[in-house]
Amino acid sequence: MHRGGVYFTVTAGSFRRYATYRVATAAGVFTNTVFGFVLAHTYLALWSERPRLGGYDQAEALTFVWTGQALLAAVALMGGGALEDLQARIRSGDVAVDLYRPVDLQLWWLAADLGRAAFQLVGRGVVPVAVGALAFELALPSSPVTWLLFLVSTWLAVVVGFGLRYLLALATFWVMEGTGLNTLSTLLNTFFSGMLLPLTVFPGAFGEAVRTLPWAAMLQVPADVLLEQHRGAAAVVSALAFQAGWAVVVLALGRALQAVAIRKVVVQGG
Amino acid sequence: MWVRSALAYRASFLMMTLGGIAMTALDFVAIVIMFTHIEELGGFSLPEVAFLYGASSASFGLADLLAGSFGRVGGRVRDGTVDVLLVRPVPVSAQVAADRFALHRVGRLIQAGLLLGWALWHLDVAWTPGRVLMVPVMVVSGALIFAAVLAVGGAFQFWARDASEVQNAFTYGGQTMLQYPPTVFGRELVRGATFVVPLAFVNWVPALYVLGRGDVLGLPWWADFASPAVALVSVAVAGLVWRAGLRGYVSTGS
Repeated sequence: MHRGGVYFTVTAGSFRRYATYRVATAAGVFTNTVFGFVLAHTYLALWSERPRLGGYDQAEALTFVWTGQALLAAVALMGGGALEDLQARIRSGDVAVDLYRPVDLQLWWLAADLGRAAFQLVGRGVVPVAVGALAFELALPSSPVTWLLFLVSTWLAVVVGFGLRYLLALATFWVMEGTGLNTLSTLLNTFFSGMLLPLTVFPGAFGEAVRTLPWAAMLQVPADVLLEQHRGAAAVVSALAFQAGWAVVVLALGRALQAVAIRKVVVQGG
Repeated sequence: MWVRSALAYRASFLMMTLGGIAMTALDFVAIVIMFTHIEELGGFSLPEVAFLYGASSASFGLADLLAGSFGRVGGRVRDGTVDVLLVRPVPVSAQVAADRFALHRVGRLIQAGLLLGWALWHLDVAWTPGRVLMVPVMVVSGALIFAAVLAVGGAFQFWARDASEVQNAFTYGGQTMLQYPPTVFGRELVRGATFVVPLAFVNWVPALYVLGRGDVLGLPWWADFASPAVALVSVAVAGLVWRAGLRGYVSTGS
């Protein structure tokens, strides 16, 4: 089979695999919706005290909340995803078999994660936003171009998220027990992506610093693209370039760490 | 046993505990950032919100420490290892609670305690013996209510094996909700958290008494002191549901 064909098959297979977890998907949708309501009400309280806080009006702030809930599973902000399997394989030593295969380890898992993300975006993203739009007045864009740009931005967000989690999974080669790292990663993901509070609300120099970190590429940027916060084509392009830049950096780091890690593999037993 | 196994991977354990502290701390940092823009949220000051946050977080931390493992029942049902628990001469619920007892969960508890201390120090309240006594009572009652929710969620997984995330909506979702004043939420949401799942009795109702605030939930005066009773009823109901779930358990495989 053609090389690219292999990765596409992995992506499609991963999509199908996640599509079989129907009850889990429904449970996830329910949880995202409940969280959406809780957050939306706190934002309402906040924005009624300070209209236009962080550059959003009330409808835009609420749209930010529901966009976050829609992207939560796709970008794997709370951890999980295909890379948990890689972690388990590193722990058990099965990764030695993977290294044998005539495919690239990083691309293989990227392909698997993209399939997972594509399913989660549809399976867990659409319903919460629909419920949110019924219960609150949202500021969803009408232009199909904006939606298209949002999809591109979301795709880049998934790749950046994958890149960070891949680094984390490789760290398992050294610490063996990855749960602690995963906890830490979830913490960084939720706080620095804008999941708890839009990053534009963070004050002063701290806020400016936070907006340049890779986590900003995972929620803040796609949400701003959807909300048409970037005025003009140049602004949109630079926002997408910011995401693409971080994607390249984290993927390259992952590649470098992978090279070191592979040399470290010790296959146990005779 | 699980305590010892947790301590075996020292770096990971330390990271998980610190992670637990930092995780809940960053949650609160988000609230502090909100308060850099406002004086009051839903009519509540920062120490008052910190009090709500610390109390619910302490309750949830305690419950998570004792009953957090109920969330993994679904996994055990899927791989058939519930059978192992059934043949041992110890109640299944006790075994599940102790299963993979996660010591690192004390991180949340430590952070909650610190925050609660800070809040109590800064609260502008005329302390009476009743109000002082109410603080530990509400934390313990709240822990029992949360533990009951966790156990019911676990029992639910006997039927719906991979629906463990529904539980998160009530536990983590409920806890997030209780961190904020009830005035922030819509009437239906508050009603649901009072009468459907009695989360309001974890901290909202007793905290309003401690803070000396008028009742915003529309409950009679004696409800202020009902938390221990609600906790006991919740635990009893959870026990019944758990037993029903266990009876409905069908092992996997042949």
